[in-house]
Amino acid sequence: MLCIHSMYSGINISQTDARPMYLQIMEQIRARIAARDWPPGKELPSIRALAAGLNVSVITIKRAYLDLETEGVIVTRHGKGSFVADVNGLAGELKEAELDQHLGEAAAIARQLGLSDDELAARLRRTLEKK
Amino acid sequence: MNDKHIEMRSVRKVYRFFTLDDVSLELEPGQIMGFVGPNGAGKSTTLRLLMGMISPDAGEIRVLGHVMPKAQAVAKRDIGYVSAEMRLLPHATLGWHMNFMKSIYPEWDGGYAAALVKRFNLRIEQSARSLSMGEHVKATLLLALARRPKLLILDEPTTGLDPVARHEVISEFMDVLRDEGRSILFSSHNTVDVERISDRITFIDRGRVVESSDKEDFLERWRRIQVQLPHDAVLPMLPNIVKREIDGHFVTLITNQYSEGLKNLIGPYVTHVQRMNLEEIFVANVMHHREARGK
Repeated sequence: MLCIHSMYSGINISQTDARPMYLQIMEQIRARIAARDWPPGKELPSIRALAAGLNVSVITIKRAYLDLETEGVIVTRHGKGSFVADVNGLAGELKEAELDQHLGEAAAIARQLGLSDDELAARLRRTLEKK
Repeated sequence: MNDKHIEMRSVRKVYRFFTLDDVSLELEPGQIMGFVGPNGAGKSTTLRLLMGMISPDAGEIRVLGHVMPKAQAVAKRDIGYVSAEMRLLPHATLGWHMNFMKSIYPEWDGGYAAALVKRFNLRIEQSARSLSMGEHVKATLLLALARRPKLLILDEPTTGLDPVARHEVISEFMDVLRDEGRSILFSSHNTVDVERISDRITFIDRGRVVESSDKEDFLERWRRIQVQLPHDAVLPMLPNIVKREIDGHFVTLITNQYSEGLKNLIGPYVTHVQRMNLEEIFVANVMHHREARGK
């Protein structure tokens, strides 16, 4: 029996499948993440490595990764690669960092306006009540 | 700075029975472009112009930043070119050809060449004369690949290969693209291969570029829309329709600019919206352009 082991041998692209290749790749990556074969925080293969592994163009893998990122399934950090997102972990941390940054900017504006800490806190509370 | 691997601008080449006209192409490093066209469309002529083997009658050609054909000697050190017309010396062995390339090109990678001999199921002691058509194609590709050139220009590289050999060869192309400083331009009739591995696709027909675009862009824009009209209903005027076939109440439309807006214009009569594969897009595109040019 012929048995092929390669890093991405399980990801298949069917040319008789009516769906575009990038959707087929997205679905199979999602399945690996759901099955925890690719646990949260795991680094995904680089776009070029996966393209070479699957014999599929770089632009197709790029499209799949971009859409998975929009869905929040993976997180891409510039120069570091793409990772499986973890709502309570990696993705959450990134969101928290973003929140801290915005709060920091708000605090700086409050200082410029000469608002007291209490006044700023009161504004934040009012904003929260509106949401 | 000019960092494009290929830049062709408004290139014209006139022959007695054929004119290549207003051909513009661009290829960035790290990309693979599929060059698709019917027989006699001008694919090989375009590739030969890029290699500086013939001179354009008008227009500009730059390859790896070098003006062609003037700077072809310098440019060719970093280009690997393979075409089906290339002949090896019939009595010399594959090993002899490999040594010959090694003596000319300092970048020759002997280890990679030896690995390719194995992967392509070739033998170095085979004389060129004894190679089958498929083996000959693989041998010429090997001689180009093992130089690890920045740019590979391949004229119909998979023609004449059986499905297994085609798979072997395509895997090597994709391996080249692991390096984002390298690029490939290849012409082909095989739209399945082109659809799978290309980042950019250029269609050429009757000496003119029909369209050149990112692959995903092609696949996203083109759709076949099937409509079933009720009795006495008429389709409204629709933009971006390249083909319209009417059969009683049933209408098939092909658009090169699909959007939800277009679907809404047709209204509730749409029964199916289908994606098209590259071959269908290619045929529809070429027919549409021939019609437009005929007018």
